[in-house]
Amino acid sequence: MLKLEAVDAGYGRAQVLRQVSFEAQAGEITCLLGRNGAGKTTTMKAIMGLLPLMGGQVRLEAEMLSALPAHQVPRCGVGYVPQGRRLFGELTVGQNLEVGRFSKPDNEGVLEEVLQLFPRLRERFSQRANTLSGGEQQMLAMARALSLRPKVVLLDEPTEGLQPSMIAAIRDVTETMRDQGVAVVLVEQRVEAILALADRAALLENGRMRGVVSGAEMRDDPSILAGHLGV
Amino acid sequence: MDFGPYLMLATLEGAVTAAVLALTASGLALVFGVMRVVNVAHGEFFMLGAVLAWWVTSWLDGYAALGFALALLIVPVMVGVLAALADVTVLKRLSYDPERTIVATIGILYILQQVTLMTYGPDARPVTPPFNTRLALPWVEMADTGLSLYWPWGLSITSYKLAVIGAAAGVLAALWLLMTRSKLGLMMRATEQDRDMALAFGIPVERVYALVFGLGAGLAALAAVLIVPIQQAHYLMGGDPLLLSFIVVIIGGLGSLPGTVLAALLIGLSDGIISVFFSPTLAKIMATVLVALVLVFRPQGLFGASRA
Repeated sequence: MLKLEAVDAGYGRAQVLRQVSFEAQAGEITCLLGRNGAGKTTTMKAIMGLLPLMGGQVRLEAEMLSALPAHQVPRCGVGYVPQGRRLFGELTVGQNLEVGRFSKPDNEGVLEEVLQLFPRLRERFSQRANTLSGGEQQMLAMARALSLRPKVVLLDEPTEGLQPSMIAAIRDVTETMRDQGVAVVLVEQRVEAILALADRAALLENGRMRGVVSGAEMRDDPSILAGHLGV
Repeated sequence: MDFGPYLMLATLEGAVTAAVLALTASGLALVFGVMRVVNVAHGEFFMLGAVLAWWVTSWLDGYAALGFALALLIVPVMVGVLAALADVTVLKRLSYDPERTIVATIGILYILQQVTLMTYGPDARPVTPPFNTRLALPWVEMADTGLSLYWPWGLSITSYKLAVIGAAAGVLAALWLLMTRSKLGLMMRATEQDRDMALAFGIPVERVYALVFGLGAGLAALAAVLIVPIQQAHYLMGGDPLLLSFIVVIIGGLGSLPGTVLAALLIGLSDGIISVFFSPTLAKIMATVLVALVLVFRPQGLFGASRA
């Protein structure tokens, strides 16, 4: 569904990604694994068009995402939950969700669906986003991305710094998305979460691909993951 | 004249200054808030508004009210479109880099100023106000029978000045509604808070920037059209509004619209009152001292949130 082919990208003249290729399928969770600085977040920004590609291409089904201006990428059905959440802190919960619906304004019932998935956000609807707790902010970040009814969701460390009950809630929603046929691309550092969720994993090292392993391979031999996690 | 009527007169004159300043400064605050661009050419867009207002009214010589109404409608749009073009051709190419855009807008300042000198010339030219009835204002005094009204000699204001205050208040209210109640306002505020996330959720950030730059310049031009029947149009008139707008925006808190309006009231009213009772120079000194104090004790401005 989402396909990266030989993507080169970076910041200014500093190239970070070299020849990154992998594919994320609908109804599957694809983990993106690598140590800090390996290029996981850079890969996500490159998919979103927030970094200009130096080479290669990104496509979603028939659509060539890498040929579009960045603001048209979400219109094709790509939802982004960035690292550190990056909500519009001065806007209310409701306004954050409204921004999420900008790309697909004809989705009438989507607000109700999203609020059913995250009932806590209904209670906080007219509160400013920066007054929410960390877990609630993460829920809002997920809800904002789901508001455009995405075909692909990019989740960049969604459980970082959250308490266990919140981690479980986020994980439930991730599984719900997968079961609804969304292609999930997940950056995650906790081994047990990766083993439980990942259908496959793309391994990144210093901006280069080190191969793709299936969920079964990882569960048979978790030592594959060593060297691709942590600092 | 007694002290009371005198103070009322000074306050009304100050309110006219405050109204025009609030419009000009909110344009500057909007551009800085959303785009993080310090627009040094802002005063020249103000000047251009006044000069174009003279030009447009000169088409309809003899129909002062009609000419002025036309100027009020089209001049802010003309200046706004020009500013949006400057954004697309100059600022966008600099990737809105905070330092380089300062230098670029200084360049725009001189281009606008010198082109105006070459075409419009060095003269100051008046624009006839559309209406200008002198309204005498009453004051109260203690009489034997209790409070009574009387009309002190010299206590008056023109209907045009009252209209300027009303128009500025109306435009500021509309701007506030635009920012807080409309989809466009939501796009601007989202872009202001996180440019990349705005892009990632489908907001065409470059178009929002062009629009905001045009809107900011249009507000300055509108303020100038309103004031030009009182002040005359001149190619060097952009300096004062630029300086005062910076003072207002710094006191109010960079990018905060309510703070900008309140600071404009404070500076405008104190300017009017101090100018009448003491001297205009003292009024400017006081404003500058106030900015210095704000910068020392509350650098984020009276209403600005401190940015980490």
